[in-house]
Amino acid sequence: MCTFGPMAKLPDFFDEMYGRGTEPRAPYEAYAKWFGGENNARLLEKSAEAEALFRLIGVTFNVYGDPDASERLIPFDLVPRIIAAQEWAKVARGIEQRVRALNAFLHDIYHRQEIVRAGRLPAEMLALNDAFLPEMIGMSPPGGIYTHIVGTDLVRTDDNEFYVLEDNARTPSGVSYMLENRETMLHMFPELFSKIRVQPVSQYPRSLRRSLSGCVPDACSGRPTLAVLTPGIHNSAYYEHAFLADQMSAELVEGHDLRVVDGRVAMRTTQGYHPIDVLYRRVDDDFLDPLTFNPDSMLGVPGIMDVYRAGGITIANAPGTGIADDKAIYSYMPDIVEFYTGEKAILNNVPTHRCSEPDALKYVLDNLAELVVKEVHGSGGYGMLVGPAASKKEISDFRKKLESNPDNYIAQPTLALSTVPILTEAGLAPRHVDLRPFVLVSPQGIEVTPGGLTRVALSEGSLVVNSSQGGGTKDTWVLEE
Amino acid sequence: MLGKTAGGLFWMFRYLERAENTARMIDAGLRISLTRSSAAESEWTSILSSTGLRAAYHATHGTIDGPQIINFLLRDPANPGSILAGIETARENARLVRTALTREVWEAVNECYMVLKTTLAHPIDDRDLPRVLQIIRQRSAYVRGASHGTMVRNDMYNFARIGTFFERADNTARILDQKYYILLPSVRFVGSPSDNVQWETILRATSSTRAYQTLHEGENDPRAIARFLLLDRRLPRSLAFCYGKISENLGYLEHEYGTRHICHELVSNICEKFKADDMNAIFEYGLHEFIGDFLRDSASLGRQIEIDYRFSE
Repeated sequence: MCTFGPMAKLPDFFDEMYGRGTEPRAPYEAYAKWFGGENNARLLEKSAEAEALFRLIGVTFNVYGDPDASERLIPFDLVPRIIAAQEWAKVARGIEQRVRALNAFLHDIYHRQEIVRAGRLPAEMLALNDAFLPEMIGMSPPGGIYTHIVGTDLVRTDDNEFYVLEDNARTPSGVSYMLENRETMLHMFPELFSKIRVQPVSQYPRSLRRSLSGCVPDACSGRPTLAVLTPGIHNSAYYEHAFLADQMSAELVEGHDLRVVDGRVAMRTTQGYHPIDVLYRRVDDDFLDPLTFNPDSMLGVPGIMDVYRAGGITIANAPGTGIADDKAIYSYMPDIVEFYTGEKAILNNVPTHRCSEPDALKYVLDNLAELVVKEVHGSGGYGMLVGPAASKKEISDFRKKLESNPDNYIAQPTLALSTVPILTEAGLAPRHVDLRPFVLVSPQGIEVTPGGLTRVALSEGSLVVNSSQGGGTKDTWVLEE
Repeated sequence: MLGKTAGGLFWMFRYLERAENTARMIDAGLRISLTRSSAAESEWTSILSSTGLRAAYHATHGTIDGPQIINFLLRDPANPGSILAGIETARENARLVRTALTREVWEAVNECYMVLKTTLAHPIDDRDLPRVLQIIRQRSAYVRGASHGTMVRNDMYNFARIGTFFERADNTARILDQKYYILLPSVRFVGSPSDNVQWETILRATSSTRAYQTLHEGENDPRAIARFLLLDRRLPRSLAFCYGKISENLGYLEHEYGTRHICHELVSNICEKFKADDMNAIFEYGLHEFIGDFLRDSASLGRQIEIDYRFSE
């Protein structure tokens, strides 16, 4: 039995399972058939089972400023999001093109700045941007790679319409959820995977290791030593840091395990200090080196930037990549893609109003109730206004913030985000989703893991999918050809 | 491996072992207070001393009171040395060294924590106490079993084992330190009812009642009990057994790393004292002095291991 009543309430959105009608779309046919033979009560039991499993494994994230919920589970919905092979092929090509452009852009802005000379990007976009690190000027990272790991946030609005919301080029998180979600689904519904051929994702940790090992510094001799730098067990993504270190057989280190010894960054082992070749850091630029950046940082390694510049270590992602996922730079992405690849961007950019420009600001202020307004440097869904969902008071409060500091904001139209059904007590119900595919970049090439992390807004009508704001996740299936 | 990871494993297993031992001591105390209420007060006092928590208890609580002490040892938020706090710290260390643990070990310690956090969320009623103590022993045994069955026998495993045996020997020694006088060759009539109960407490607190009875054909003899807990290598809680293991584990590290440290000298000095296997000599030297020396030597060894293997900066 399939109850899909709520569909009637949301006719304006494209549902990835049912499109705009009542019959399942092609990629969902086999799943819908299986689902039709299932009993809702059994699935709800399975759902509780999945939650207990996540709790036991410890797949949790920490919420800042909430001691009672210091280790929270991200709700997991067991209805997969399914993407056909040919749909995915186009998305993957688009992501690859974009990531290629991002790396070329980063190399350019830290060297000759051709894009500025060509008049395609205003010089002040770099000069006045905190994410632009003067320390990186003239520096070429090992292997020529700036963004080893990228998480490109996408949303879908129709059959063939995908938009890039953000290029997370600093330290994108969530890949452990992608992997654990798949493991959980394999554990709970083995029969589904024998009926439906899904492209695997489990190779990700090995690919990550290979990808990072492809960018060793000059000082490396022999088999490279890899380490994951975490801010520590109280960080919101600690589980993921430990998971990735474990899965790719790297050491999980904190700043106080490291020091500079003989021109190398070395970790304190039971047998003395041992040099690290590639450091996958999950610590922001600002905290990386108290001698170069924030002097109060306890999370980094004093002197690591000098070692880096001298070819003693690879830092992934490279310092200063944040400039590429800056929300103000984002609005120039179609130009950036074209400038460096000579091709039109395959994936759409969301039209973006830069509030630093007087005309744009006026338009945004006049249309606040229709727009999504974001902080240029914000993340995690904090400090943003979703116009259509906001109260009058929230809008007028936000207007004051915006007027007092317009440079800090960009605004975008509210997109008609696609929905995917979730399992509820009353059967299936559509909820808005986004998608974060994970991309690995090495001198050998760009690898896009099929699928990625689907985040889902669990309350009806909500567009906010961030886990820090009560969003959940789903397993994402890209079907075999 | 990282020095921090070695330290995390060492302490994770120490805290687990300690929680389990505290549960045994509560069990022994409970038995005494049920069977001989007149001896209860001094028994609880000695249990508090054995766990090293006597001062902490008196700082927050006035009188010696069985149920209050049980609550203090199990779960009192005012007691940083409670079983619940110990399990929390063990799990915190497990999270820190997550990459060094197998999935089975992590899940066993995580589940131990989840079960006890729920079980010990409220004061435990007398009727439930035996069941709760059993849960604690059982959960701790699961972690040990998972480690035994799934961990690769490398340096990580050896640091985990050193933590276990170090804590266990320390606990046995502390119990003896409190009770040494009843094990001295007595001028009184051996086997008075009072002594019998005291001996039984020692054996219960070290979970060795059955083992002792089997190996000694039911004969309660203080000398034999002392010998059993100090020197008998068949008993997994005796000092000689634990130090035999620690010596093997440190020996593994010496061989594997190719470096002999000061801690290797210290452990071989301690083992030397058990080598003669001579209880008479120990009584001659003084049982209390012998145990006192051991506790000091063991504390030095613990500090030296941390330095030699760079647990911290």
